Amino acid sequence: MAPATENPVVRYGRLLGVQARVSAVTAMQYRGDFLVRGFVTVLWMSVTLLPLFVVFGARRQVAGWSFAEALVVVGWFALLRAVLEGGVSPSLTAVVEHVRRGTLDFVLLKPADAQFLVSTAKFEPWRIIDIGGALAIFVYAFAHLGRWPGPRELLLGLAFLVLAVMVLYSFWILVVSAAFWVVKVDNLSYLFQSLFDAGRWPITIFRGALYYIFTFVFPLALMTTYPALALLGKLTAATAGLAWMGGLAFAVIARAVWLRALGMYTSASS
Amino acid sequence: MTTATTQVSPPRAGGALAHAARAFPTLFKVGLAEIVAYRAEFLVWILTTNMPLVMLAIWHAVAADGPVGRFDQREFTAYYLGVLAVRLLTSTWVVWQMSMEIKDGTLLSRLLRPIHPIFAYAAQHLAGVPMRAIVISPILAILVFAAGDRLALHDPGLMAIFAASLLGAWLLIFFTMVLVGALAFFVDSAIAVFELWLAVHAIFSGYLIPLEALPSWIGRAAAVLPFRFMLGFPVEVLIGLLGPRAALAQLGVQWGYVLILFACAMLVWRTGLRRFNAFGG
Repeated sequence: MAPATENPVVRYGRLLGVQARVSAVTAMQYRGDFLVRGFVTVLWMSVTLLPLFVVFGARRQVAGWSFAEALVVVGWFALLRAVLEGGVSPSLTAVVEHVRRGTLDFVLLKPADAQFLVSTAKFEPWRIIDIGGALAIFVYAFAHLGRWPGPRELLLGLAFLVLAVMVLYSFWILVVSAAFWVVKVDNLSYLFQSLFDAGRWPITIFRGALYYIFTFVFPLALMTTYPALALLGKLTAATAGLAWMGGLAFAVIARAVWLRALGMYTSASS
Repeated sequence: MTTATTQVSPPRAGGALAHAARAFPTLFKVGLAEIVAYRAEFLVWILTTNMPLVMLAIWHAVAADGPVGRFDQREFTAYYLGVLAVRLLTSTWVVWQMSMEIKDGTLLSRLLRPIHPIFAYAAQHLAGVPMRAIVISPILAILVFAAGDRLALHDPGLMAIFAASLLGAWLLIFFTMVLVGALAFFVDSAIAVFELWLAVHAIFSGYLIPLEALPSWIGRAAAVLPFRFMLGFPVEVLIGLLGPRAALAQLGVQWGYVLILFACAMLVWRTGLRRFNAFGG
């Protein structure tokens, strides 16, 4: 057990290492999954890209987006989906089960932050293949465009990757928090994924209600469109600043709701 | 916990048909009561089907400056609202239910009842259809309001084919799900197999994109594969993309697929049941 005076950053860093190692060891036991995962990735990429090919087969531009620019959005979508399904949703789906069965007690008893523990409980390392697929889409898109992002765009893109993962994670925390109130929440995760699927399209294609929902309520714009604009060098500083502020506010709200939800938890025996 | 295992033999299906038919109203009522009890969950499932609306928005943007092939904006509206309605009306979640019950052994209690489990599943999920019909009625109202003149409502023959194709689609989806769900007897990842199936289905059924708008090799493949008969075919009949003769011929193909999938599903189910060991029985 670590002494209480240890620097929290070091302590949580070590904890993360331990949790990640457990997941890696588990994944190594199912090496065959590597091939299955590769096959699924190729299939999934084709299904994701096909509508794009069909739509841009009918028109050269849709709502001001060219084919290659829309591909950058798809690249971000594929990247975030890999992060979501490799790093976020496996652990957080388990929380729902913990709440339902009352076994969250065992997590709460441990001397570390509960949100940290449940969020790092399980990773799926083989999803790294999906990240490879996403990078391939980026390379293809920029080769198609004929110009590559400069260091400034790459840096901004990286900043938006952090923001996008944060927003994605915060949204999941909100979904999981719902488990404390309504318990039967496993299909909320399906709802989340089905909404997330719309993130493969540039946000400006949508009109009216859908546009506002995907910008403010379920901020897909922050996760795929703005990061793509950042890489393409088309994002204004004001939009970037606002996006970051919105994302931070989102994370703070998610943390507050989680703490509130934890307060509602009635444990297994009561 | 003891690991004593119990070998269970399936209830006899042959002579029990009349018996099962008598039990059907009760099973149906039980299924209806379950949906009413878990209505929030039911609504979340319904909301999960939102892809047709997203695709409708996309195609509206694309067709803003003129039609794509045969499809103008209103035709896209008719198509995707039809897809949404048919999909909501005909889908079930029996594959998740089966794979869970096989894995955790609760299937055992179904096997002990004097009704074939597949029949019980079918009754339970058919009970969802009236509720689903209520949920989709606003969608249908919007469909008729926005694109009523594009629908085959005036042609009683086509509407009869549409009704028959809906039943065929329901059965096709149900038996496919039973087939994949029964794979849980053999492998851990029946749900992963199903998700693969869903991905292929999204393309070849016309769920994402009207089959006409797809590259021609996909259209040709979709014409012979079973996926289209689960979704695209009823929708095409509803919005009048098919003439009466073509629709009738394809209805025959659809019901042929129903029989084939029924046979396959029962085969996998029976083979799997022989391997089924319920723990702690």
